[in-house]
Order: sequence, then structure tokens, then C-alpha cells
Amino acid sequence: MKLIHVIPLATLATAVYAAPESFDFKDPKGVNTATFFLDAPLESVNGSASGISGTVSFDPENPAATTGKIVVAADSLTVPNPMQKEHLHSATWLDVAKYPEITFEAKTLANVKTDGNVTAAEVTGTFTLHGVAKEITVPVKLTFLKDKLSARMPKLKGDLLVIRANFTLSRDDFNIQKGQYEDKVSPTINLTLSIAGAAVQP
Amino acid sequence: MKRVLRSLSLLIVLAAAITWLATGANRGWTKTSVPVKTLDEVTGIEGITYRQKFLPGVDFLGAAFGSAALLAAASFFFRKPNKTNNQQPITNNNQ
Repeated sequence: MKLIHVIPLATLATAVYAAPESFDFKDPKGVNTATFFLDAPLESVNGSASGISGTVSFDPENPAATTGKIVVAADSLTVPNPMQKEHLHSATWLDVAKYPEITFEAKTLANVKTDGNVTAAEVTGTFTLHGVAKEITVPVKLTFLKDKLSARMPKLKGDLLVIRANFTLSRDDFNIQKGQYEDKVSPTINLTLSIAGAAVQP
Repeated sequence: MKRVLRSLSLLIVLAAAITWLATGANRGWTKTSVPVKTLDEVTGIEGITYRQKFLPGVDFLGAAFGSAALLAAASFFFRKPNKTNNQQPITNNNQ
């Protein structure tokens, strides 16, 4: 084989290897979880959301180019107290009927540090909650698990991407009972996201 | 009736306190489900699922004690039954 034939092949192989993968975060195993925490005098409000979906484009050779959108179904937000859950979903708080989705659209990554298969960065993007979109920057940890999809789903081959993030938001910024009930429910919301997405190989 | 209401009131207080203590003396709000953590060994993610379980809290105790107090208060509206004496006083009709 002549060199002139090898170069295009090598270029193609590199391009295929380096192409960003699209990870689907609709988790059939149901472990993807977003948890939230609001401090309150008698007992803190602890809950979680399970209705997570979205796609993230991630290139293990260039993690700084990561973009994507994560969607949380607002009506999947659950707390153990049924009355609190009813209030949370009602028009006076999150109004899940009117605003059915909570989204985060990642646009840029900064301060990217990669160690092995783990990338730590600060992601900037648009967070939309209660119909209010706001640009925020939050710390994020991305763990790339090459060829690990089959370990979770034996019939499928591919890679996994785990995203972990922990950050706080202000209720006031998203018009959720702005300036109200601050003696009963904290004005800050602590959010923790632990989700895994899969890039299935044909 | 007075005795019935007071007994019922006491019964409610005891039943509520025993239920609350037996289910772990939850000092928060009443819950109808409890979170259960599951670990995904491949990704290391701790998922949360909810298991149906009634866990009475301080609002449950408050409601039970409030109901008991109402019943006990209502018992004061019932008068004690009078002890009737069927014997007529002896009178001297000859006088």
C-alpha cells in the first residue's frame, strides 16, 4: 500500500475516533436522579426528580467542546409528604401544568481539567425553571466510561457519560414565591444532579 | 355520655402516641412514602426510588391531640346524671 493511500485512511480513522459522541440521557434503568433541598424550620424539604431526558455531545479528545441539553419533567418532582408535593406542583409554586419542563442547555465549558477519564469544568448555559430562563455557571464533573454500556445493558454496545453537578439557585431569580415565605422555606434551592447517558454503537 | 367522650379522647391520644412511637417517632411532617437509595455499580450513581410507607409526623400527633382535646372539651357540656330518690318524705296528714 502506497503512502498516498494510507494518509486518507489514517485521516478518516482519526476523524471517526475524534468525532464527538451524542449521549442520550433517557435512562431505562431509572437511576438518573436530580435531587433538591430547601431548608425549612421543622424539617428540610428534600425531594427528587426522575423524569430526566436530553442529549449531550461529548468528545473524549476535546471535553471543552461539550454541549447539550438536559430536561427534567417538572411533574416528576417528588417529596415524601403528599401535601408538600401538591403545593410544589401547584400554580402558587412551580406550576407544573403551565411549565412542564425544567431545562439546562450547556453552551460553553471553562477551566477544563481532565485527569484520566474524569473531566472537571465550569459549564455556562441557560437554566430554565418556572418559565424563567437565566444564564448560570456551575461546576460539573464528567466521567467518560468507554465501552461500559454493555455492563449496564448486555444487549447494547457503546460508551457511557456520567455527569455530576451540585449547585444552588435562588427562588427569587426564577419567580418562585419571590420574597415570600422565607421564614418557612429557604430562598435558596440546592440541586444535585447525578445522571448517566449512553452513546449506543451500531 | 361524659364518660364515653373522655374515654374516647384518651383512647385517641394513646393510639396516636403508640402509632407515632412504633413507626420511629418521626419529628418531621407526615410522609406516605420513603426514599430508598439504589447504587448503580457501573456508573456509581445513587438513584432514588420511593417505597410506599405511612410515617406519621408531628402534624399527625397534633391532629390526634387536637381531636382528643375537642372531645374532652365537649364532655363538659354533658351534666352528671342526678341520683334520683324515689322515697317521698313522710308527712303527718293528721296535723
